[in-house]
Amino acid sequence: MTIQAPSRLTGLFASTEARLAVIALVVFVAMSLLSPDRFLSAQNMTSMAFQFPEFAILALAMTLTMLTGGIDLSVVGAANLSAIVAATILTQFAGPEATGAAALVWLGLSMAAAVAVGLAAGLFNGIAIAIFGLPPILATLGSGLIFTGIAVALTGGSAVMGLPASAAWLGNGLVLGIPVPLILFAVLAAGLSFILTRTGFGLKVQMFGANPLAARFAAMNVTSLLIRVYLMSGVFAAIAGMVVMSRANSAKADYGSSYLLLAVLIAVLGGVNPYGGYGRVIGVVLAVLSMQFLSSGLNMLQVSNFARELIWGTLLIFVMLVNTRPVLRLRRTAKPASNP
Amino acid sequence: MKIDFTRNETLVALIILGFCVIAAVSDPRFLSMATLTDLLRGGIVMGIFAVAALLVLLSGGIDVSFTAVAAFAMYTTAMLLNTLAPGVPWPVAFALAMSIGAALGAINGILIAGFGLPTLIVTLGTLSVFRGFMLAFIGSKQITTLPEGMREFGRMMMIRGTNADGSFYSLHWAFAATVLVVVVTWFLLHRTLLGRQIFAIGGSEESARRIGINVQAVQFFVYVYVGVLAGLAGVIHASMARVANPFDLVGLELSVIAAVVLGGARLAGGYGTLTGTLLGVALIVLVRNSLIVIGIPNTWQSIAVGVLILIGTGVPAWQAKRAAARAS
Repeated sequence: MTIQAPSRLTGLFASTEARLAVIALVVFVAMSLLSPDRFLSAQNMTSMAFQFPEFAILALAMTLTMLTGGIDLSVVGAANLSAIVAATILTQFAGPEATGAAALVWLGLSMAAAVAVGLAAGLFNGIAIAIFGLPPILATLGSGLIFTGIAVALTGGSAVMGLPASAAWLGNGLVLGIPVPLILFAVLAAGLSFILTRTGFGLKVQMFGANPLAARFAAMNVTSLLIRVYLMSGVFAAIAGMVVMSRANSAKADYGSSYLLLAVLIAVLGGVNPYGGYGRVIGVVLAVLSMQFLSSGLNMLQVSNFARELIWGTLLIFVMLVNTRPVLRLRRTAKPASNP
Repeated sequence: MKIDFTRNETLVALIILGFCVIAAVSDPRFLSMATLTDLLRGGIVMGIFAVAALLVLLSGGIDVSFTAVAAFAMYTTAMLLNTLAPGVPWPVAFALAMSIGAALGAINGILIAGFGLPTLIVTLGTLSVFRGFMLAFIGSKQITTLPEGMREFGRMMMIRGTNADGSFYSLHWAFAATVLVVVVTWFLLHRTLLGRQIFAIGGSEESARRIGINVQAVQFFVYVYVGVLAGLAGVIHASMARVANPFDLVGLELSVIAAVVLGGARLAGGYGTLTGTLLGVALIVLVRNSLIVIGIPNTWQSIAVGVLILIGTGVPAWQAKRAAARAS
């Protein structure tokens, strides 16, 4: 980042994350002013905290893969497949009436199975990308279709229902008054942030994303790095799948299909460079919050769901325009100089 | 003629051939006029989309918004004509849809060529914007009574006939539109300066700029052209389905890009052929229509497409990697 801030104010807006914080704040204040009694109500705050973690976790997976200059389009497929495997275990072995210790044991096992599916999905992507050299966008597009296809073939396209009551805790429970999905998201976001900024692995991820060739010449083990990145992405997807399963109290092959583009959108909105090398978790968190404030606020103002989609798209393009403005200014000043 | 097995076109053609042989062996009725016309009919809209997607890939970009442009153009055209001039002939409907497509394409063009934003992000954004705008402000209900012109076009059949077993087959005139799009685009790409400039930009934008190509103008043209094709595909889709459903088409974009890439176009830009693209479309349509004939249940459709994408991109990628390893 260049340091050329002439005054404190412009310095404040120099980073993408600072601009996002301002956007999130502006949206929050605007919505609070437009609908003060409802938007600021405790009920709305809790309902928002339950809504966003599922796609926000997918956005974290997207962030991680984008940092390497890749993308993971299979997250939704992997999430649904994990959820279906977990839900099948729960319905086959525990059943809706299961309570107490037995239910908890099966719940634990089903979660382990979901994470294992996520790991398998990630390994598949990692091998296709790191060893066979497929472009990430195509490898994960293809594998996403395969995961969804397996989920459809397993269930015949219908929802898996009849989960034990204790399964609802992950998506709907409260701990000390804080929604469990929110805690889960906070832990994952903090964990990812720690890994990216404080570990050698995180540094390598960013270095590889910034310049893959240089990373190779620096004797970095690129194959293992990429496989680990996609493994992590698969695990994040599996966790998101479990949250969706718990909230919907069922699992289905086509749940959350709109989350894929939403996750990409959030990551990019959060300032992650889709070509790799730059991205911060705090930016993604701010982007998620802006989106959620906007969508809940618009919901209260009785704006249709479709207009929400319109506003999300506009927000994305607007943020991109603001972020690239310095580049444009450079272009404009460069032009007359090259043409004397 | 020597067959080059490292080319995607060969690979895809062989898969198609193998598929047809297995299908014909397991069910002799597969080799009928009806299968062929079904295949061609299934490829009409997807073929136009694929040509559009190819053009963007060639120029080094990627466009995921064309399905939203098509849905927007088709729905708005049906809506406008129904309220203003329900009686106009079909060419007017087509011209209107294509102009709407061009206008939306121009928005992509301005953002990408004018402001230099990344293509994937812009088109991801405009996908939501176009779709959201249409559904929120124009309408979200199906239009079951299309304007007269579109209904008339919907009835125009090129070939009509009956099989030996009494089933009907027909081929719509819209197929001619797809052929025309392919021919015009082929001419544009291979017989005009503009076409060579598109390839050049896809190969290396910076080099293209330095040899004096007006990169911004060419990029702008590409996105407007894609908008026009998307508008055309949209109005054809509605005319053939005899209903304008605003929820149609969107969601198809990744399959279309998959078909194009399967046909050998490179995501990095600068390389790709119309032949490969059409073969890719044929394969995807074949899998969608006839998977059941070779004994694979239809629920396995998306697995099959996924596997094809991985093989279609994996084999060349693996060969390129091995070649690079051998060279060093």
